[in-house]
Amino acid sequence: MLDNRIFSINGPIVKVKNTKDFSMMEMVHVGKNKIIGEVISVDEEYTTIQVYETTTGLSPGEFVYGAGMPLFATLGPGIMSNVFDGILRPLKDMEKISGSFIGIGSNIPSLNLNKLYNVSVEVSVNQHISPGEIYATCQETESIVHRCMLSPALEGGIVKKVASNGKYKVTDTIIEIEDKNKNLVEITLCQKWPVRKTRPVKKRCKISKPLITGQRIIDTMFPIAKGGTAAIPGGFGTGKTMTQHAIAKWCDADIIIYIGCGERGNEITQVLEEFSELIDPRTKKHLTDRTVLIANTSNMPVAAREASIYTGITIAEYYRDMGYHVAIMADSTSRWAEALRELSARLEEMPAEEGFPAYLPSRLSQFYERAGYVQTLSNKEGSITIIGAVSPQGSDFSEPVTQNTKRFVRCFWALDKALAYKRHYPAINWMESYSEYDEDLKEFYNENLGEDFLNMRNRFSNILAKERDLLEIVKLIGIDVLPDEEQLIIEIAKIIRIGFLQQNAFHKYDCYVTLEKQKCIMKTILYLFDKTLDLIRKEVPFTILKDNGIFSKLCKIKYEIDNENLERFDEYIKEIDKFFKEQADNISLH
Amino acid sequence: MSVIRHVGLKTINGPIIVLDNIKNASFDELVKIHVENGTTRQGKIVQIDGERVVVQVFEGTQNLSLENTKIHFTGKPLEIPLSTEMLGRVFNGSGKAIDGLEDIFADTYRDINGSAINPISRSYPRNFIQTGISSIDSLTTLIRGQKLPIFSEAGLPHNKLAVQIVKHAQISGNAGGDNNFCIVFAAMGVKNDVADYFKTKFEESGALNRVVMFLNLSNDPIIERILTPRCALTAAEYLAFEKGMHVLVILTDMTSYAEAVREFSSSKGEIPGRKGYPGYLYSDLAQIYERAGIVKYSKGSVTQIPILTMPNGDITNPVPDLTGYITEGQIVLSKELNKNGIYPPVAILPSLSRLMKDGIGQGFTRHDHKDLASQLFASYAKVHEIRALASVIGEEELSKTDKAYINFGKLFELKFLNQKDYENRSIEQTLNLGWSLLALLPKEELDRIDAKLIEDFYGKVKVI
Repeated sequence: MLDNRIFSINGPIVKVKNTKDFSMMEMVHVGKNKIIGEVISVDEEYTTIQVYETTTGLSPGEFVYGAGMPLFATLGPGIMSNVFDGILRPLKDMEKISGSFIGIGSNIPSLNLNKLYNVSVEVSVNQHISPGEIYATCQETESIVHRCMLSPALEGGIVKKVASNGKYKVTDTIIEIEDKNKNLVEITLCQKWPVRKTRPVKKRCKISKPLITGQRIIDTMFPIAKGGTAAIPGGFGTGKTMTQHAIAKWCDADIIIYIGCGERGNEITQVLEEFSELIDPRTKKHLTDRTVLIANTSNMPVAAREASIYTGITIAEYYRDMGYHVAIMADSTSRWAEALRELSARLEEMPAEEGFPAYLPSRLSQFYERAGYVQTLSNKEGSITIIGAVSPQGSDFSEPVTQNTKRFVRCFWALDKALAYKRHYPAINWMESYSEYDEDLKEFYNENLGEDFLNMRNRFSNILAKERDLLEIVKLIGIDVLPDEEQLIIEIAKIIRIGFLQQNAFHKYDCYVTLEKQKCIMKTILYLFDKTLDLIRKEVPFTILKDNGIFSKLCKIKYEIDNENLERFDEYIKEIDKFFKEQADNISLH
Repeated sequence: MSVIRHVGLKTINGPIIVLDNIKNASFDELVKIHVENGTTRQGKIVQIDGERVVVQVFEGTQNLSLENTKIHFTGKPLEIPLSTEMLGRVFNGSGKAIDGLEDIFADTYRDINGSAINPISRSYPRNFIQTGISSIDSLTTLIRGQKLPIFSEAGLPHNKLAVQIVKHAQISGNAGGDNNFCIVFAAMGVKNDVADYFKTKFEESGALNRVVMFLNLSNDPIIERILTPRCALTAAEYLAFEKGMHVLVILTDMTSYAEAVREFSSSKGEIPGRKGYPGYLYSDLAQIYERAGIVKYSKGSVTQIPILTMPNGDITNPVPDLTGYITEGQIVLSKELNKNGIYPPVAILPSLSRLMKDGIGQGFTRHDHKDLASQLFASYAKVHEIRALASVIGEEELSKTDKAYINFGKLFELKFLNQKDYENRSIEQTLNLGWSLLALLPKEELDRIDAKLIEDFYGKVKVI
């Protein structure tokens, strides 16, 4: 093994000549700094390695050492509320070693090896333990209990020895098991798992529960299910990151994995700062307690960007296997695709569309297929929801990454530059977006919010669709020429847009809205619509009805009533009733 | 590492030379090339294949011959000398002094590629920089440590605007009494006149001894153009993070820079992506822009204002497009406003500052700033819709409210956007001006503003 030396270097790609020592996808250490790399192709002449750090200063003739296993992640207590780079090195520890700027070749363990965890052992001697079964638990953060499972890579066996409950480090042996060949295997609190391999589950379940995000346009109009997949495509400045932050903050997943893939350094800082201040509305604990950040900013090595997506989803699967509902925010998958393109070009592979490699669609689908609602090996329910941002080149949705992503996700929240220019946030275009989870979630909505919820939602969609058609006409002839009924539709659609679809992420009542409040707003708006329509049909001129102030009041109802005081919506209903009763009385007078 | 000398080249192709039989070269290493006529050039290793080495020559390959060219491997990447003496000096794109004075006495040497700031070592930028320009201060606020590019076109006054920002930012930067503000100016592929313009303007404002200039003019070698922003930012990082200064970096013109990257890529025979630019343009630009910021353990900051000219005014061109994905917002200049005599011609709707939301409001500017800005955006967007309608049905046919919008739009451009290049408006003045314009609209139209603020400000501020 010692004779493997670097032959050629081209950016992050290093080749070794005439060797048969390496296997495909094997993890390697390159050069005197032992920087981490991965074997990405092997042929008779060359073994090609992609390197996860800068290759500046590397020379041919330096050694390459194989690790004997594929690129893996070390999984165990200590991951939660931490910040890692693309290959799971903790950034806080890197800061201690190399200061504010990232140095080269820092081989730092992913987990804190010195920290003691209060472990309670969940198995007893002579019991059989199978892969995926939980043998110990410990409180990892205030809101997360870490459940250590027998690695699915092992075979299972008879527990021969257990440690007593107490404080242990992640590398301490907790139990010993005897496998079927009568070998004793020591099991610690952590395990290794190759990041590119999907972790096994007992079975995939039907999707039936929504991931509640507290964002009206998502929960009501285009809902996403737990275990589902969604894409947020949008040009720069349309609010992809803002939308992802809002979902990460308020959604009802147990755990959030936030992958900052090729994005801005300051955004990671922002997440760190904001999340440490915010309190989860459900658990009343800090948001950081349930969040893992993976940061490969746009100026960090490109090969690690490619790996960061896999690192993130592997962590997600690990926590899912403990029985948690995990949501992944991948911002942005386009940068990941571009990393693939860059590496592919360095390998001189035949390009397909726009220089992207031909395997782009298959890689994308492999990633999104790791989402799902499952029954785990330990018979718990868990799920992974993937929400991927897409940054289309030139805001053109016909480019390959957007188009291919669209094929593999079932929720599409199209961000619209025109809306963003008007500062209509979230700038999700209601005509272009869709969710295929409607049917799967129907039962949930009907049971929990009543059957009228979906009816009202559909009425909203209809009004918005009609508005779009009407606006085409208005553009040509002006609004005053339209019949009153159609003017009403435009006016109500305006309330829906401003009072419902627009949501202020910085307002204390509006940043997070419960489904019940969403329903109340819908109901109030439609109530006004029905009442007005009623009078218009009795030939009361719309101009009189419009000037009553209620229309502009409903636009602000979202800021007036908080999630806890929904009975206050009755005041608005009463006010509407009062006004329309007066109008109706007027008619009968005449 | 040992220093190697070598005689003779294998091939020369554009800015690239290939050498054979080289042992112990390292990737990204700096090489010195001694030409027959006695001059010396610099280059760096961009690819190694066994004993074959590919070198890009910074100053171009004219006059190089296959024989009689001596190559000297230095064993380290390109580093430039740094010290506070750099202030007031002029350098070329690879960091050599070109103002006729002696080389600077180096305090330290740094690799021009820099290294990435660890995201957790950053502190989130929150300090508002007052530029004295209403459109920028109120609607696309510049924050210390931000990277906020100006998207412009040939023929628009982006240089004038940049100078104005520098002049006023300098004033507010020095308001605290500590004289620790400086400017790093990098010109890439700009005309001699433009470089001169900046120089004269810096001189006029008395700032020249606080400016470090890196000049790569449009007739200078393109490889050096690729190094120019890297040298400039290395100097900026040194001044900011080691000397605790607030550094404002102006990079102009990023489009020329990207074209240099493209030219170099095609001479290396790489697979082209969109519009011929290489697939790694995003990562390449990011390595420049991401060098802005504030680091926790240092007092200083690096704020970037890159200027780029959009070819044919096309914002979807790869250079503005990729830039917009990396930078924290953009200030877009509009040809139309410029034609109407509005200066600075900032196109409000596509312009954006991402860091603004955390750097304005109570404690930073004024508590009504957020709502006011949001309302101005929304109302001005509406103006555009109504103008489109008016062009079809005629202004006479518009409703009363719509006419109010047309009036608002006109005055907004004339009084708010438009200002003299010496006019330094305080944020207070700017916000009051905004309120007095909103008073032209009926109260019910202000759907972005909190009722309390409307009560306090609507119709109560008179400036116009």
